[in-house]
Order: sequence, then structure tokens, then C-alpha cells
Amino acid sequence: MSVLIDSNTKVICQGFTGKQGTFHCEQAIEYGTRMVGGVTPGKGGQEHLGLPVFNTVEDAVAQTGADASVVYVPAAFCKDSIVEAADAGVPLIVCITEGIPTLDMLQAKAYVDQTDSRLIGPNCPGIITPGQCKIGIMPGEIHQPGRVGVVSRSGTLTYEAVKQTSDRGFGQTTCIGIGGDPIPGTSFIDALELFQADPATEAIVMVGEIGGTAEEEAAEFISAHVSKPVVGYIAGVSAPPGKRMGHAGAIIAGGKGTAAEKYAALEKAGVHTVRSPADIGQGVADATGW
Amino acid sequence: MNLHEYQAKELFRRYGLPVPNGVVIHDKSEASNAIRELSGNRWIAKAQVHAGGRGKAGGVQLVDDADAATEFAASMLGKNLVTFQTDERGQPVRRILIEETSDIASELYLGAVVDRGSQRVTFMASTEGGVEIEKVAEETPEKIHRISVNPMLGVMPYQARKLAFALGLNPDQVKQFARLLTGLGRLFVDKDLSLVEVNPLVITGKGDLICLDGKINVDDNAVYRHPDIAELRDQSQEDERENRAKEWDLNYIALDGKIGCMVNGAGLAMATMDVITLHGGEPANFLDVGGGATKERVAEALKIILSDENVKGILVNIFGGIVRCDLIAEGIIAAVDEVGIKIPVVVRLEGNNAELGSRMLDESSLNLIAATDLNDAARRIIAEVEDK
Repeated sequence: MSVLIDSNTKVICQGFTGKQGTFHCEQAIEYGTRMVGGVTPGKGGQEHLGLPVFNTVEDAVAQTGADASVVYVPAAFCKDSIVEAADAGVPLIVCITEGIPTLDMLQAKAYVDQTDSRLIGPNCPGIITPGQCKIGIMPGEIHQPGRVGVVSRSGTLTYEAVKQTSDRGFGQTTCIGIGGDPIPGTSFIDALELFQADPATEAIVMVGEIGGTAEEEAAEFISAHVSKPVVGYIAGVSAPPGKRMGHAGAIIAGGKGTAAEKYAALEKAGVHTVRSPADIGQGVADATGW
Repeated sequence: MNLHEYQAKELFRRYGLPVPNGVVIHDKSEASNAIRELSGNRWIAKAQVHAGGRGKAGGVQLVDDADAATEFAASMLGKNLVTFQTDERGQPVRRILIEETSDIASELYLGAVVDRGSQRVTFMASTEGGVEIEKVAEETPEKIHRISVNPMLGVMPYQARKLAFALGLNPDQVKQFARLLTGLGRLFVDKDLSLVEVNPLVITGKGDLICLDGKINVDDNAVYRHPDIAELRDQSQEDERENRAKEWDLNYIALDGKIGCMVNGAGLAMATMDVITLHGGEPANFLDVGGGATKERVAEALKIILSDENVKGILVNIFGGIVRCDLIAEGIIAAVDEVGIKIPVVVRLEGNNAELGSRMLDESSLNLIAATDLNDAARRIIAEVEDK
């Protein structure tokens, strides 16, 4: 079992013939992802990486029956691409692109929320169910099928959590990178809800960072609805206030959104917290008794 | 990207918001002309810097004549203004805004931000103007009134009226406020703002509304589509090293410690600082070299780190996802060689081709210390730096 994607998930790519789209789709195909085509307006009818190219997402869905679309188009065009995928009825839209204007995302998110589609990202590594389906830019080889669900706002910190749970033989059910932007399509709560409902997921690793109150809201959700052990790490304890730490979402504004507040909220909710990302694997062992 | 007060007010004016008449000067010789252009017999001179707390720091002064204005300009222009929001060096003053004064009956607060929780632009208004809104939020939260804007609709006039009534305005002021707020809502969306504040929004003796101060932050991700806003950027208010880093697509933020950091990924870069702090050290910077780390960018990153003379050691922490560690190692070796680094460098490589990368570092003749995990790396660099 897994959440959202598995070996049956048929994936298309928006921005398929571009540099990023090409590189990461090659990797996805190599990993075993069931890529079924892609979209580049004006290149419909061509073939790329041995797969059909379509002019519109609507065409691609009609021809391939795609369940998911991964978006690699440049930031300026992502609002359009996300809305196009939602209008075409793609159930899962994964947007990797970073640097999308916040007001574009406010609109895109509000629009997607009115449809049946789910958006993951933007500014994220994507989602992977190890050994079955990889949608995004994460290195496939560090993952291992197993029993930990991973949800994270940061790409490279997800890899830390993945590597450590693989090295200890726990493996992962599914890893969801929700992304570092202020307006994420999928929240911690959405991911926690999915992992709680997934019988194969026995423990959850949650990697947060400073900025906003998503971790505090997740903590409340965990208290009320999550019975599985959760291990939490928050990046940015040492970050100065008011500075944007790389991710647009990572800024402590007006004394809110600090790592200390987030740790306190998680601990109150019974989350097993670790202070160093190098201790995540040990944290899972401690929290589960594995 | 931050704007100056005078730039914010110019945008306000374009969107029909009432602002005091004013003139921006760059030199003290322009002060008396500015006074002549303005009406009244008393003016306010305000140093233009990207920081709050100017009043308390002596950056704002009432002037009664051209001489006083000239004197204030002479004392400010070319100097650095230190406020509680700046570092100890302060921000350079290159412009002064001289404005007509207003007859103030009461001060309100009006602001808007992108609220992540509701995923909406939220406008806040309060009768407690002229003070820090964070303080009001903490002490008397019931005095802050909010409306949440649907991104498909923008500010609806009824929402503006609702806020105006909550502030206790009279019928004529309600109309003025509604016009002002809908204008501000259009400005927010048209120019991709991430924050706007009018603090204070003043009610004059005659009962009119006027924006006495203005603060605007623009979403960095959207500046590309506003060439008029891009022109307003004032690099003198920004950190020179941070700007140099930006030219190389590096994300660098200067801090106060001794240990320079070079990391790929923003989350891991923050975590690296945290782990250094956790083990008793102090990071000198945040630096994310990003996914496409080339030899040239790694070299440039090291140079920027080294341009901070407080740096006594460097921790390189790379988790190669897509980026290959052997390429990073090659970059580090070339850069250390080129830059001639004399201080200890601890390198932790993990992920894609990490073993090959580590072997290359070992086989190089350079003084590089390999670490296994992040805790180990932090302990090693702290030990090296503390030895000095």
C-alpha cells in the first residue's frame, strides 16, 4: 500500500520537451514510473522519449487516461498550467517549479480547491512511492519500499530523512514533498490524514521549517486524529527574524513562526522531536521501538 | 523587495489614495527650493531608509523654515541612520522626503499581507494607529479588524465599509475609506505586493483621511513582470554580499558567527546552521548553492563566504540528489585551489556519487577534512575553529 500514487499511476508531464522536463522524465522512466506522454503546446503529434506529445492537457488525458501530471514549466506560466490540468480533470497535479508569484498561487490554489484535483507543491521535490512510481526530482536510489511515510517542506531535508530510514531498513511507503512556498497545494494536515488512513504506513516523519503556522496546525491535527508515531524535525532554530531563508515561506514575521513555537506545539501533541536532521533515523527507531 | 516611503506614497497617489504633498531631495542645496514648492508654514523632513523606527532614531524632524530643512538635510544625507531595526552600522541616507504637515485629530492603522492560514490577502485595520501593530495584536487583539479577500474577486466595497464601520468612522469618512481601501486592494494585486502598511492613516481636524506613512514589500518572485517596480530597487539599502550572491543565483544571508556554511537546498542550509548552533558553534551565514551547482558557482560561493573576515572555518554540506557529488568535489578542489583557502574546510558529501566525491577530496593535496554525517561535520568544524 501507499498513498496517492503506485505502480498503476499513469503520469504525463507539462513542459515535457523542455530541459527540466526531459531530464527528469528520463529519470522517472528509468525508475519505472508509468509515464504515458507529455504536453508542449505546438508540438502535439510529435514523439519525445518514445512517448506521445500533446498540445493540451485535455488531449493528453483523453488519449492516455493519465491520473497525474507533473509540471516543469517556468514559474511565469505555472498558474496557467495548473489551471489547465485541473480543468482537464487530472486527479493529481505535482508542480515542481520554484519562484511562482504568490498571488498567482493564491488564485491557482483557490481554483484547484473548487475542482476534484489535488495539487502538490509548488517549489517541491515531488512525490514518490519507492519501487513503484516517482514523480519529481528526488534521487530514486536512496528510497526503499517500507513502512514510514515522509512529509516535508524541504527537498534536501526529505532526502536526509529518506536516507536514514533506508539505511536502518525501515523504508518508506510514500514521501510527499509539500514544498517551501507560502501557499502550498497540499498541507501537512492533508498528508498526515493520508498516512493515518494508509494501513502500510506504520510511522510518519514530518520535516517542517520556520515561517507560517502550518506545523502548529498539524500538531493540533495530530493530537486529535493521528494514532501512529510521528517524528518531527523543524529547520531554522538559528534563523534571524525578518530574513527570507531561501524558501519564500521561510521567514519569521513579527515573532511568529519560530522553530521554538513549532517544537513546543509538536511536543505537546506527543510528536517525537529531534533537534538535528542527522537524528531522524534514530528518532524513528526510538518512537517505534524498531 | 522593499520600497522607500516616498516610492510607496507615489504608488498610493497613482491609485487615488490621499497622501501629503511632498518633495524628495538628494542634496541639501535642494532643501530651500523644496520648501518653496510646498504650502504651509511648517514641514516634516523624513530620512528615506529601508527600516522602521526612524522617528526615535532622529531621522524625522519638523522644520519651520528653509534653513532648518537645509540643516537637517546636511546632518542626514550621506550618513547612516541606525534604528532598532537596522544593524549597528545602520542604513545609508541618500534621500529625504519633505512634506506638508497635517493637522492630526486621530491615527488609524491599515495594512495588508498574504495570510498563509486562510490563503487569502487579508486587510487589517485598527483605531490604534502610529504604534507597532504587533504590539496591538499582542495586547489588545480585539482592536484589530480583518477582512479576507477572495483572490477571484478582489476587495468588495461592502468589505471596505464593514472595516470603516468597525473603526467608528462617520458616513463621509466611510466613503473616503471605502475608496481608499479598494484602491489599495487594486494596488496590492496590480503590483504583486506581499505587504502594504499605512501607519498611521490619519483623520485630520477637518475629518479627512490621509496616508501619513507608507510601507510596501513587493513579492520578489513577481518583480520580473513589473519593470516600473524593478526600477525602484535601491541597492544601497541591501547587503552587498547578498546582492553579489544573487547575481550567481546563490542564496546568501550574512550572520554574525565564525563558521561559514555552503549547502545545497534551503531547508538543509537552515538545518546546517541549526546543527552548528546545537553543538555550540555560531554560523557566519546561510548559503544555498541550489540544485544546479557548477564548479564556477561553488567557487563564487566560497569567495563570498571568505569575504566575511569573521569566518575562521567552512562547513560544506552537500546532499547530492540530482547534483553529483563528484562534480561538487571537483568544484571545491578547484575553488579551494583558486581562492587559496588557508582556513580549515570540513566537507560532508552524501547521496549521488558521494563515495567518488569523497575519494577525490582525500586524494587532493588540499587540507580538506571529510565528515560522515551532519553531527560529525559540525563537531569537526567547531573543534577546528575553537583551536584557533
